[in-house]
Amino acid sequence: MTTDTFDRSRDLSQPLDRLGPDETMKDGSDFLRGSIAQGLLDRITGAMPSENDVKLMKFHGIYQQDDRDLRDERRHQKLEPAYQFMIRVRLPGGVCAPAQWLKLDELARAHGGETLRITTRQTFQFHWVLKDSLRPIIQGLHDTLLDTVAACGDDSRGVMCTVDPQSSQFHAEVAAMAKHVSDHVIPKTRAYHEIWYGDERVASSEPEEPFYGRTYLPRKFKIGFALPPSNDIDVYAQDLGFIAIGGPEGLEGFNVVIGGGMGRTDQAPATYPRLASLIGFIPVEKVVACADSVMAVQRDYGDRKDRQRARFKYTIDDKGLDWIKTEIEQRMGAFFEAARPFSFTSNGDSYGWNSTPDGCHHRTVFIRSGRLDRKLLDTLRDIARVHRGTFRLTPNQNVIIAGVQEEERPTIDALLAEHGHDADTVAPFRRNAIACVALPTCGLAMAESERYLPTLLEKIERILDRHGLADEPITLRMSGCPNGCSRPYIAEIGLTGRAPGKYNLYLGGGFHGERLNRMVRENIGEAAILEVLDQALGRFAVEREAGEHFGDFTIRAGIVREVTEGRLFNE
Amino acid sequence: MTHHTPPGPTLTPDQWRLVHELGSALSASQKHWLSGYFAGLGDRSSHSTAPGPLPSPPVRTITVLYGSETGNASELARALATSARATGLVCEVVDMADYKTRRLAGEEDLLLIVSTYGEGDPPQPATGFFEYIEGRKAPKLDGKRFAVLALGDSTYEFYCEAGKRLDRRFEELGAERLVPRVDCDIDYEEAAESWTQAIIEQLGTEAAPTMIAAAAAHSTASPTVIHDKRYPFPAPVIENIAIVGRGSSKETRHIEFSLEGSGLVYEPGDALGITATNDPAIVATLIDALSLHADTEFEHKGKALRLDEALTHRFEITAATPRFLDYWAMLSEADTLRQLQQDDRSGDRSVFLHTHHIVDIVRRFPVEAVTPQGFVSALRPLQPRLYSLASSLAAAPDEAHVTVAPVRYDLHGDPRSGVASGLLADRADRDTVLPVYVQNNPHFRLPVNDETPIIMIGAGTGVAPYRAFLQEREVRGAGGWNWLFFGERNFRTDFLYQAEWQTWLKDGTLRRMDVAFSRDSNEKIYVQHRMKEQSRDIFAWLEEGAHIYVCGDAANLAPDVHNTLIDIVAAEARTGREAATDYVRSLQSDHRYQRDVY
Ligand code: SRM
Ligand SMILES: Cc1cc2nc3c(=O)[nH]c(=O)nc-3n(C[C@H](O)[C@H](O)[C@H](O)COP(=O)(O)OP(=O)(O)OC[C@H]3O[C@@H](n4cnc5c(N)ncnc54)[C@H](O)[C@@H]3O)c2cc1C
Ligand SMILES: Cc1cc2nc3c(=O)[nH]c(=O)nc-3n(C[C@H](O)[C@H](O)[C@H](O)COP(=O)(O)O)c2cc1C
Ligand code: SF4
Repeated sequence: MTTDTFDRSRDLSQPLDRLGPDETMKDGSDFLRGSIAQGLLDRITGAMPSENDVKLMKFHGIYQQDDRDLRDERRHQKLEPAYQFMIRVRLPGGVCAPAQWLKLDELARAHGGETLRITTRQTFQFHWVLKDSLRPIIQGLHDTLLDTVAACGDDSRGVMCTVDPQSSQFHAEVAAMAKHVSDHVIPKTRAYHEIWYGDERVASSEPEEPFYGRTYLPRKFKIGFALPPSNDIDVYAQDLGFIAIGGPEGLEGFNVVIGGGMGRTDQAPATYPRLASLIGFIPVEKVVACADSVMAVQRDYGDRKDRQRARFKYTIDDKGLDWIKTEIEQRMGAFFEAARPFSFTSNGDSYGWNSTPDGCHHRTVFIRSGRLDRKLLDTLRDIARVHRGTFRLTPNQNVIIAGVQEEERPTIDALLAEHGHDADTVAPFRRNAIACVALPTCGLAMAESERYLPTLLEKIERILDRHGLADEPITLRMSGCPNGCSRPYIAEIGLTGRAPGKYNLYLGGGFHGERLNRMVRENIGEAAILEVLDQALGRFAVEREAGEHFGDFTIRAGIVREVTEGRLFNE
Repeated sequence: MTHHTPPGPTLTPDQWRLVHELGSALSASQKHWLSGYFAGLGDRSSHSTAPGPLPSPPVRTITVLYGSETGNASELARALATSARATGLVCEVVDMADYKTRRLAGEEDLLLIVSTYGEGDPPQPATGFFEYIEGRKAPKLDGKRFAVLALGDSTYEFYCEAGKRLDRRFEELGAERLVPRVDCDIDYEEAAESWTQAIIEQLGTEAAPTMIAAAAAHSTASPTVIHDKRYPFPAPVIENIAIVGRGSSKETRHIEFSLEGSGLVYEPGDALGITATNDPAIVATLIDALSLHADTEFEHKGKALRLDEALTHRFEITAATPRFLDYWAMLSEADTLRQLQQDDRSGDRSVFLHTHHIVDIVRRFPVEAVTPQGFVSALRPLQPRLYSLASSLAAAPDEAHVTVAPVRYDLHGDPRSGVASGLLADRADRDTVLPVYVQNNPHFRLPVNDETPIIMIGAGTGVAPYRAFLQEREVRGAGGWNWLFFGERNFRTDFLYQAEWQTWLKDGTLRRMDVAFSRDSNEKIYVQHRMKEQSRDIFAWLEEGAHIYVCGDAANLAPDVHNTLIDIVAAEARTGREAATDYVRSLQSDHRYQRDVY
């Protein structure tokens, strides 16, 4: 198939007035500058006065939010909503040096409501940031060589990379690769430096965005590197995933998967989660060319009319996987080799201490929903003050104190014990549960998630106990809305919010992220959720085969029909 | 006549007996006051909400009101308007979020499109409208017609509930249903389309101009007595809320009274007088400390009084006065007090009085056998307190809004509250009735000429009258530019009426606004600093003939602003301080520089 045989009425080839409003907005933004600098000076509102600037700031890693708990109260008080901002750091591979940790800690205490949030894409978020604190935080990060460029927005986000010590032969190598790709795909505009660091604008004849151009990508784009046997990053949820393949001589290359994504919208069947498709193998030196080519295809053919269908996954399903693959190969100037064999065992974390051949030790500390409250900040600050390795943030929102020498282990243990954080005491079910942020900060939340998860888990644990499944690892992921920030559609038990106290319930996801789940009940409350789970788990306890995972069982037992392909998710 | 034969058919013998008994128990002035009270009451029961007849336009005007979160309802609203206009109908589309509820009186045909969220709630932006329409302050809607299109999702328990609520409520309020409500599920297009068509046909086929019904509802209150300081009007509290956010160091409140039936009128700039009473708890403590009895009757100025009532209603019993000091010094013969009486001790005296309430003195210097007569003779009569009116009758007919900062402080380890502000903050929930009157303030008035620009400067509750100014100028469609300087402690919690200023800035009613929050940063920023930053423009506005207003704290704000003003003139006109002072003085004598400080 050639490009002119199919519909191009919705992509970059069209004039702006034929595309969605955001395209015009981006085009007119002077490479993400907009009127952000002026907006910061407005004293009448704690928000950004211009809608466009609110959108543009996402490209700078900043989201305008408001404390939703206070909305009604403040309306009665004739006050505007309690506007505040969320700032997301760009932290390729989730690796962070102790010095950087201490800076983040300091900034969070000073300007971020004394909390930090570890995200499902291995980075930090500040919440509760007031307008006047934006510059102090971003400049503070700059001091420690961190930034927030394109942590959100229609561009390539921070690149993920497996951190699980189980898979660490090539960790250093692949992590470096992730960092390299992240730096390569980052937007090049100087807007960020001008607005946040106060740099002068320098005239230049060079194009400001050689790759992205004036309108960037149709939508966000996510890249991740996985090291089997761990699929902690959920490589199948990435727009572009690289699966490391090693041989006797070390890292040989990567299997490439494309078109993953979770986001969907209730009552909109044209939207659905999709697992990335495996399209072949490339040698190490082709990685950057491959990333460029894949992103270029999405840049040129992605839907710029309807943001609901602008993700790469839909471009692929609309244009056809084969055609997309060929297009990538043409741009990459090389063919994909046949995919190499590999196997994943889990997408969870390995808790407690793990050691690696290089003689280093790594301690995974369980952080409930990635929320570092005052107490946890204190703990980890104490550790960061003595730790000589690095910190790694896991895609399951936990922290790994990595690269600890034998003789330092006792110190770390002592500090953890002193603060009463002993991951090994956390029940398996809890360790494998993820909740997105949701209320009160997330503007899109329809129901609670992070704040409600503990309550729900407790009730489910009682059911597990009753069925003697207390030690069974089962993945449960809850999102406050269908966007699926906790990657709920690949969990064995998935929940997405519909309205206060109401969720859709999904079952049948693959234990290591290899299969989507399917909705079994729509828009139900806690009682109904527990009832359905009680029955399913009850049967699992008695009918399961040896080593069979809950997700696999629900399908074999016919409790839910298998979803073989994203576009069949809604049928 | 005896009380067995009631005069006229209106009263039953029993009622008449009660009246007779009451009458004989009342003083002349009380009778007079009550006559006004009943006049007021009687009048309130025959409602008088409509603001008078409006000129009836050729065709009934249609307003399409929508409440929407994700845009469906708003799209449908626009679509409806377009096809309505196509058939020559006059039609306006308004978001419930921006709708000025006072417009309701003038509406004719209202088409409502609203979606549902959460537990059958309206969309966030429409919450305000719903609270108003479903609340006690909702006007009667006789003569108006309406239709509701409800958007929803049948998988929810409360399907299209918001729409259903409006449909119900508008009927209750007396509006006539144009076409039956239609509930739309997620695939709303067709259902919505047919509803739209039904309406267009109905309205399109209607004949000539219809008379406006609102006029019928019109009736003017004609109270039989003028309410003033001596005969205040018992006004029900209809709203009393804190308007500072969580964690504020203040507890400023917004309080609304109903003046319905009082015949009271006021202009922006006037103040509301409130006849406060003392906290019963404090009265009790004091009587106790005096070892007297609440029900003791005694003679005062030829009238028989009950001690507790006298202390509650008639006298200041908290702040002590020199007169009381003398009285208590005499009774107690306490040296400390005697000393303080001496002329050369005036400084210590005022400090003492400032730090001792009457009860503190009574406790500290006990006296045997105090007589009620003697005691009250040393007290000051309880004075009403004034609060700048924060509303305009043009915008809020029959209402009086005030902004109150409760006075709180500790003395000798006990928390103390101001008499009036404490009452308003702690013992004036909705429906409480408090005696009020209007205190005219001819020296704080909007320019007669609507085209004249004004600069308003206020801190804290000093911003209250400016809310009235803007409401008035907005309704009058005054063209003159308005510039507001506002100061308080913290932006996030203390930005009084923030949302309202923002709306006025958006629609241009407020041309400029500068704010100073003194506790957000280390260096204390006050309004006068913001004025300095705007020095050139302020002077330019003055040269343009702008009027300038200052309201709020008399101790610091007023003098600081005054001097700043002189500095600004000196700097911008490049004259000496002398000349600048004259310039400002002449502004005052021309009544272009007006102050309302307390
Ligand atoms: C913090 C985080 C959840 C967490 O608990 O960790 C998160 C939080 C938010 N996500 Fe997400 N997403 C997060 C990972 C994800 C993931 C998981 C992943 O990428 O592996 C997904 C699903 C994968 C995908 O992209 O499909 C995800 C899919 C979304 C979507 C749906 C996108 C779509 O294609 O439909 C939105 C909404 C949107 O983009 O319109 C969204 C939007 C948001 C926003 C920014 C809400 C908004 O747009 O206003 C949330 C901020 C809430 C808050 O107060 O912090 N977030 N979001 C994760 C931050 C990741 C990071 O560091 O970059
Ligand atoms: C024209 C005008 C307009 C006004 N507008 C407003 C308005 O819009 N909003 C508003 O809130 N107020 C306004 N006021 C002030 C208001 O009238 C009252 O004066 C105020 O509310 C205090 O009255 P109160 O009865 O509550 O306190 P009071 O019982 O009169 O107590 C006040 C007294 O308490 C004593 N006191 C206060 N603090 C301390 C302390 N720390 N230690 C010891 N003693 C102390 C002082 O003697 C002070 O005089 C206005 C006043 C005027 C004249
Ligand atoms: C978070 C959420 C909660 C909802 N709750 C309800 C509900 O309780 N009842 C209902 O009938 N519809 C409910 N809906 C459906 C909406 O009312 C419906 O999508 C409507 O078309 C939205 O119109 P709008 O775009 O004008 O807001 C809900 C939708 C969302 C997103
Ligand atoms: S899933 Fe929805 S509610 Fe949760 S963080 Fe993402 S956008 Fe917010």
